[in-house]
Amino acid sequence: MSWLRFLHRKRSDAELKDEIAAFLAEETADNEARGMSPDEAGRQARLKFGNAQKVRESLWAQNSPQPLTRIAHDAKYAFRTLSRTPGFSIIAILIMVLCIGAATSLFTVVRSVVLRPLPFRDPQQLVMLYEFHRGAEAGTQDSQYRPVAPGDFYDWREKTSGFEDMAIMRYAGYNLTSERGELPESVRSAAGSWNLFQLLGVQPAFGRAFTESEDQPGNTVVMLTWSVFERRFAGDARIVGRQIHLDGKPYTVVGVLPSWFTYPDAGIRLWVPYRADVSPEFLRAHDHHQSKVVARLRPDVSLASALAQVGAVQYQLHLQYPHDPVYEDVAPRALNEDLARNVKKPLILMLWAVCCMLLIGCLNVANLLVARGAARQKEVAIRSALGAQRAILIREQLMESMLICGAGGLGGILLSVTAPQFLARAWKDLPSAQGIHLDGAVIAFACVLMFAAALVAGLLPAFSTTGKKMMSALQTSARTGASSVSRTALRKSLLTGEIGITVVLLVSAGLLLKSFLRLRSSDLGCIAQNVLTLQYDLPDKKYDTPAKVNAFNEALLQRTRAIPGVHGAALGNVVPGAGYWGDFVFTVKEHPPLKPGEELPSALARWADPGYFAALGIPLVSGRFFNTDERGSRSYKVIVSRQLVQQYFAGDDVIGKHLRVPAHPHPQAPDEADYEIVGVVGDTSYQAGQEPKPAMYFPVFEGDQNGLMLALRTDSDPLQFSVLVQKQIASLDPELPVSDVLTMDQIIGESLVNASLSATLVLAFAILSLILASVGLYGVLSYLATQRTAELGIRMALGAERRQLLQLMLFDGMRPALFGLALGLIGSVATTRILQSMLFGTKPLDPVVLTSVVGTLLGVAILACLAPAWRASRLDPMKALRTE
Amino acid sequence: MGRTNSAETEMLKGTLDMMILRTLISGAAHGHTIAKIIERSSEDVLEVEQGSLYPALHRLEDRRWVSSYWGASENNRKAKFYRLTAEGRKQLVRETSRWRQMTRAISLVMGEEGGAQ
Repeated sequence: MSWLRFLHRKRSDAELKDEIAAFLAEETADNEARGMSPDEAGRQARLKFGNAQKVRESLWAQNSPQPLTRIAHDAKYAFRTLSRTPGFSIIAILIMVLCIGAATSLFTVVRSVVLRPLPFRDPQQLVMLYEFHRGAEAGTQDSQYRPVAPGDFYDWREKTSGFEDMAIMRYAGYNLTSERGELPESVRSAAGSWNLFQLLGVQPAFGRAFTESEDQPGNTVVMLTWSVFERRFAGDARIVGRQIHLDGKPYTVVGVLPSWFTYPDAGIRLWVPYRADVSPEFLRAHDHHQSKVVARLRPDVSLASALAQVGAVQYQLHLQYPHDPVYEDVAPRALNEDLARNVKKPLILMLWAVCCMLLIGCLNVANLLVARGAARQKEVAIRSALGAQRAILIREQLMESMLICGAGGLGGILLSVTAPQFLARAWKDLPSAQGIHLDGAVIAFACVLMFAAALVAGLLPAFSTTGKKMMSALQTSARTGASSVSRTALRKSLLTGEIGITVVLLVSAGLLLKSFLRLRSSDLGCIAQNVLTLQYDLPDKKYDTPAKVNAFNEALLQRTRAIPGVHGAALGNVVPGAGYWGDFVFTVKEHPPLKPGEELPSALARWADPGYFAALGIPLVSGRFFNTDERGSRSYKVIVSRQLVQQYFAGDDVIGKHLRVPAHPHPQAPDEADYEIVGVVGDTSYQAGQEPKPAMYFPVFEGDQNGLMLALRTDSDPLQFSVLVQKQIASLDPELPVSDVLTMDQIIGESLVNASLSATLVLAFAILSLILASVGLYGVLSYLATQRTAELGIRMALGAERRQLLQLMLFDGMRPALFGLALGLIGSVATTRILQSMLFGTKPLDPVVLTSVVGTLLGVAILACLAPAWRASRLDPMKALRTE
Repeated sequence: MGRTNSAETEMLKGTLDMMILRTLISGAAHGHTIAKIIERSSEDVLEVEQGSLYPALHRLEDRRWVSSYWGASENNRKAKFYRLTAEGRKQLVRETSRWRQMTRAISLVMGEEGGAQ
């Protein structure tokens, strides 16, 4: 009600004016009827009415709610006080914009990636299902969650009813070629069961989703995602129903997905039905752990009971296939958690860092306000002597910090419209399915931050200036010095806090940075300098026999090795440092059969040509490399890594023994899967910073690997060679697209982009905090120096030397810095324990990091103290004594 | 000074509201008429201060006890008329009974005639 009145008060006032006019007219008419002259009648009417302005004012006041008027009044007053010192206000607002903006931007990312559900129908009913391996090394949760095998999935779906539906998907890759002469392109794709889009509640933008009958082997239908639809097909909806060529085969486009659909990531260009491009054996397999499963809960069934049903089926399968990697249980994971798994920890860490920075910013503003409070001490004292209540004085001062933080918060919200986009681009692992943008919760968060900051920054100074010692404030105004002891103490302790938090931030940033540098320079076990890599995928249709595949590969190897400046060429499915890619379980033919329940040995699966190891500098430990004639039916050889020998053969001689790898049967004899070990090579890491895992290498000339990675060792900048190599490939097959032309350094850099980004960002926050803290230190010291001008003058007059004064001021300034440093180091001991799991090759209390942090901080603190101390020591004693 | 003044208007406010409502019982009226009626019926003892009449009218309207419309006065001038609402009628009944109780109580204390009724 009263708010409505407030909003209508202008109209209400206008009405009142009319009413008054009407009253006066009536009264004048009455008076005239009584026989007065028109002038006298009007005068008497006005006299009777009294002061019209006053009536209007009283109605205006009645229509304005009290608290609102007071706030408006305070705000006006605070605004005037602030605009009297624009320099201070601008600095304070900038600090708050930066701090609140950084915090809000990060929160935007956290909210979008971790907190907000994916934009699907009833997202709270959706879960990812994984096979769960209880026996995996405890502690690393990721190793217990295993991707699902298609055979397991189809059993779950058929035999349980706890979930409304389940859908399965996996990644795939195609060469997109065109009949109209566009460049061939290798596109990342995904294969999903026909019910996937329906289960997620996604309607295609054009056309339709797959039907159940299309989700069968041999079907050639495809759905486009919006990005490829816009880029490659010019956003023309008539593409639906037409054909495109994937791996040389025509596929019919049945639908186009909407632009917001970037699940599971924005890199997916095409979707094909899950069963379309695979063999029936693959669909029945219980040991091909490659797929992800999404399930929708029934509204009336709890997650636990639905899981129990699926778990029971899985346990049956586990018992049924004791010698295959069929895991004993299933476990759920929330959809956004599934996508954000890798980024959650660094995100939370950065959020903490940015909160620390915000706190430092608040303390800094508080510090600045305390300094201003000192200047206004007399005003406050006089006002309270005249009867101003303390609460009102505090409210007024709080209003100032409220205005500063309000402006800061507004700027911060504007900043977080753009900053998260930048972060999302720089951070490749950040899941994009949700879309990172501002929403109501983020704005609410910013508002909460704003008020919290205003309270922190405003309450301390407000309480300190409005203390009860008004008499002493009035008395001591003539001789500065004594009055400000308590306030100086407050400022120093604020400063101590600031410096302490800065130290914690600096230590964390230093550790992350060192850990990143360690990672960057960690040894992969092979040569990483001057290596160019590229990928290509030979289409099945054109290269349908091993002989054709081998012919292409051999010709390519021969031609690239002949390029001047190329020292060696390695052809495999992947190079060290480029990722996990995949593993196979195996048994050793010569060993006794495994006992039931015993863990199956597993090793990374790699393919290599005979020159692979030499070209990449991977040492031969014993035995030999592959021969060029180990191809086709004579290729049943394997080379293993040293770690595999140590782990599964206890270091015995392994040459001539056989590995049985059921997942990789001989091409010509599907029941045979024995591979003779011909050599042992050195260990390599699949990713920088990861411990090497056991690995086995098969000859690439088996000829059934289509997706290949070529690595060239060059004698100078490897990227110079990329065009030459691509020309060679084009001359062999002009339709074959080449992708991911990268140097090994780039591959390693890309795999570490997470670590690099979190280290850089935390370092940036730490440096900003350091700047804020040193500005605070400088401010306090300058203030202190001016406060003590008279005192210093007396000291000088009494014979103190300038050097002594310099020392005095320096010590005074360094004391809070040293306290803060000590406090911060203690704090670091506690916080770095949390960091430990994110560090590689770096101890939480790394001496190098700690000493450099201490050194930096002391250096900056001395610099910040030096200027005011120097100025104080240069005082002219006569002038100093005359001040005040 | 200011304090006693505000206490007086505070007291007046309640009675003024009641009197305005009472005046409106015989039909809609504009501000001038309301003031005149109150003055006449109190035999010119109560003089309505315009400074409180108009804020009071707006307040009553705000509480939905009266409604208003612009119309022509008896002298054919544009004026804002106030009319009692059903809610206002109820309020008048409440106020009147409270007022009766109050005056009776005060009369009793003052030992006046009619207090014993």
